[in-house]
Amino acid sequence: MTITEQRPSYRYVGTRPVRHDGLDKVVGKARYAADLVLPGMLYGHILRSPHAHARIVAIDTSAAEAMPGVRAIITGADFGDLPADDPERNMTLNLMARDKVLYEGHAVAAVAAATRRQAKDAAEAIAVTYEVLPHTLDILAAMEPGAPLLHEDIFTTGLDSEPTEPSNVANRTCYERGDIEKGFAESDIVVEGEFVTKPIHQGYIEPHACVADTGQDGKTVIWCSSQGHFRVRSQTAAMLGWDTSRIKVIPAEIGGGFGGKTTIYLEPLAVELSARSGRPVKMVMSRDEVFRATGPTPGSVIRVKLGATGDGRIIAAKAWLAYESGAFPGVWAMLGCMCVVAPYNVENFVIEGYEVVVNKPVNAAYRAPSAPMAAFATDTLVDEIAQRLDIDPIDLRLLNCPSAGDQAPYGPKWPLIGLRECLEAIRDSEHYRSEPAPGHGRGVASGFWFNIGEASSATVNLNENGTATVVTGSPDIGGSRASMALMAAEELGIDVHAIQPVVGDTEVVGFTDVTEGSRATFATGMAVVEACRDLKGQLRGRAARMWECEVDDVEWADGQATHSGGEHEPLALADITAEAGRTGGPLGATASLNARGAGPAFSVQVVDVSVDEETGRVTVERYTTAQDAGTAIHPDYVEGQMQGGVAQGIGWALNEEYIHDADGVMENPGFLDYRIPVASDLPMIETIIVEVPNPNHPYGVRGVGEVGIVPPIPALANAVYDATGARIRELPLSPPRVLAAITARNGDGG
Amino acid sequence: MSRTHVSCNINGDDVEFLCDAGESLLDALRDEVRLMGAKEGCGTGDCGACSIILDGRLQCSCLVFAPEADGATIVTVEGIADGDHLHPLQECFLEGAALQCGVCTPGFLVAAKALLDRNPDPTETEVRYALAGNLCRCTGYDKIIRSVLVAADRMKEEVAG
Repeated sequence: MTITEQRPSYRYVGTRPVRHDGLDKVVGKARYAADLVLPGMLYGHILRSPHAHARIVAIDTSAAEAMPGVRAIITGADFGDLPADDPERNMTLNLMARDKVLYEGHAVAAVAAATRRQAKDAAEAIAVTYEVLPHTLDILAAMEPGAPLLHEDIFTTGLDSEPTEPSNVANRTCYERGDIEKGFAESDIVVEGEFVTKPIHQGYIEPHACVADTGQDGKTVIWCSSQGHFRVRSQTAAMLGWDTSRIKVIPAEIGGGFGGKTTIYLEPLAVELSARSGRPVKMVMSRDEVFRATGPTPGSVIRVKLGATGDGRIIAAKAWLAYESGAFPGVWAMLGCMCVVAPYNVENFVIEGYEVVVNKPVNAAYRAPSAPMAAFATDTLVDEIAQRLDIDPIDLRLLNCPSAGDQAPYGPKWPLIGLRECLEAIRDSEHYRSEPAPGHGRGVASGFWFNIGEASSATVNLNENGTATVVTGSPDIGGSRASMALMAAEELGIDVHAIQPVVGDTEVVGFTDVTEGSRATFATGMAVVEACRDLKGQLRGRAARMWECEVDDVEWADGQATHSGGEHEPLALADITAEAGRTGGPLGATASLNARGAGPAFSVQVVDVSVDEETGRVTVERYTTAQDAGTAIHPDYVEGQMQGGVAQGIGWALNEEYIHDADGVMENPGFLDYRIPVASDLPMIETIIVEVPNPNHPYGVRGVGEVGIVPPIPALANAVYDATGARIRELPLSPPRVLAAITARNGDGG
Repeated sequence: MSRTHVSCNINGDDVEFLCDAGESLLDALRDEVRLMGAKEGCGTGDCGACSIILDGRLQCSCLVFAPEADGATIVTVEGIADGDHLHPLQECFLEGAALQCGVCTPGFLVAAKALLDRNPDPTETEVRYALAGNLCRCTGYDKIIRSVLVAADRMKEEVAG
């Protein structure tokens, strides 16, 4: 279902054509990074730390060097150290440990050998002498004075007074407005709670993979799976100390990323091994390595206190958020602070966040990073207010809903946003209007994500037969090629399948930032539209030449040039391209831009669950999600993003967590024990696309990739409460935890 | 170390290859036969991206030793279509937008074919359980399940028609 506020009618935008890259993907021909084979290619393997925290005393590679097939071995000693203030320094220290390993799985050395088996055997023959150090895994314990320190040079920033001792707390972020004491004093009801979540992995099905081929000319070509090959180029250059012009990165198909492929893990190692061996080197992670050494999103401890008037207006909020970022600091606590009360207009608040390093893998972005944990806290407490005041939870959210012109908690005024429309869409849905089945519990929640713009480039070339090639620098992680083609088709007035969308490498298309922040269809789409509009101007000029008239007498509409005086038969695009050689040469246009005005995204969701009171198992019985897409360019893939985000949120809420033993060793680094949702765990996920067009995009696009993962955790927690009467404030809502909560409730006489 | 000689039939073609005794059939398909459609998502039989039909049975090829394939008949994703004529499952996956990143798609198509080969009229629940060994992180499964059900209907119509 699509709910459209106001929008022009389009010929191609909003239709559902078969995606251009689909055929290759259903016949097994699509080429992912691990599928590439080059002549003479070697295989790389990484030796990883078995310790959560240890000093590297010595590394002896002599036995490994003598083993069959071994062509190159590298360690931390083979890479330079960047200046302390270089923003890429921590990335380089994560890719290969230097004097210390900071988590179990931290890379210590890498080998290239003729076969995978030889590389693995040789890596295991490298003798590393460690001095094991005390480690810290728990976020609150890591914040305490006297906790084992990961870094001697981290001094907390953002405090009122400059600290004199190093700590595991990298920074403090604070947002304040109004008078919080007055707000709570005037509140008729105050609710509060502490919410705890564990690290979660993005769980893309394709492990990280790359092939690097370094030539004697000192240049290298990298084929890899990433969300942004220009960042692969710059990060690889930073690690190697190379000029970026020596590096060409060719994007392979990407088998899922969800934020986890916005940074690199393998590429500089493969380049260096290739340089030393004189052979192409392929590196492919095992699933075990993916869990131990890449990605997760932070674990968190979040305390929120909300005050409301008796009629349901939330007038005071206090939030304290601690996010663990793994072995190096990130921006996770700051993002959590910005999101934690965003779906609510609150006059008085104090929000403070702490970024904490622990001896776990370095965190990477994961779909609306930091927002789901924050929403878990706030939207659970909002549900409690609704329940205690006996107000419908959607009505309560509508009462507190921000709209254009209101000030967002993190500073700027909200532009045109569609939160109210999403709330109304859920309120009016058949799902919400129906009664839950007997014994089932129902929960609702809302979620916010910023969306971003950033830099994008596109080149559009018209071919002599009237077809077009659209080259962009945005890897297609979920159907964006089709979106680019649809917008180009709308502009040029030619069939969407007369357009070939291509993801170009770093040497054929202009700089383009990573596919992140739900930005590809928004920002790269803007570049495509701008290039197409340039082309339409050129096409008018060519028609004027063919007609020997003034260009002002030529109009372009519906894919053809018409003469304003009606003196000539209209010329279709193909008529003009066929004559291009005689009217000035080939037709092409390029646009590069910094996209401004990304449209904030909101989603509201409702879920019905049943809870087995004997086992604690939660079953999702029915799920409906409403999300403001701005404009859905290809509704199938908008729905797909919405459904995928919900499914990931359900996994996070009910089952997924990193489990470490007391030594800091991950105990569940595989899909058997880290269990993501499977088909039999889920119902159909009903979608309501809300369209409140973003005025800053030529087709109103907001971006749809991320916000869908924000509401599921609180929605499910609220539904479990509705079914059982137990408020559970720690994830996952796995059978043992739910069963314990039910038992405690019964013990309390509930 | 001497290598093992394996003869088998893959997607209708008689194929011979050499492999190491401890090599997985998935690695042999990819490295020796150069059929790259089956993917490795885990290497432990948990994700189903490497699904093949081996002598009529759905298998994770990462859990089969390559020498075990000697004399076997194997269907991979590359063998599902009838020449240029796509299998109804492939058509329905395309029309139903049942793929996003596409890396799990070969495994889903093979597993769904194995289901429809033995049960041409599955319920939604039967499809969900038959595909529960295949992980997809992108779609939430909704459009995959719908596409398999549509394909089953289309195949019944083709038989009836």
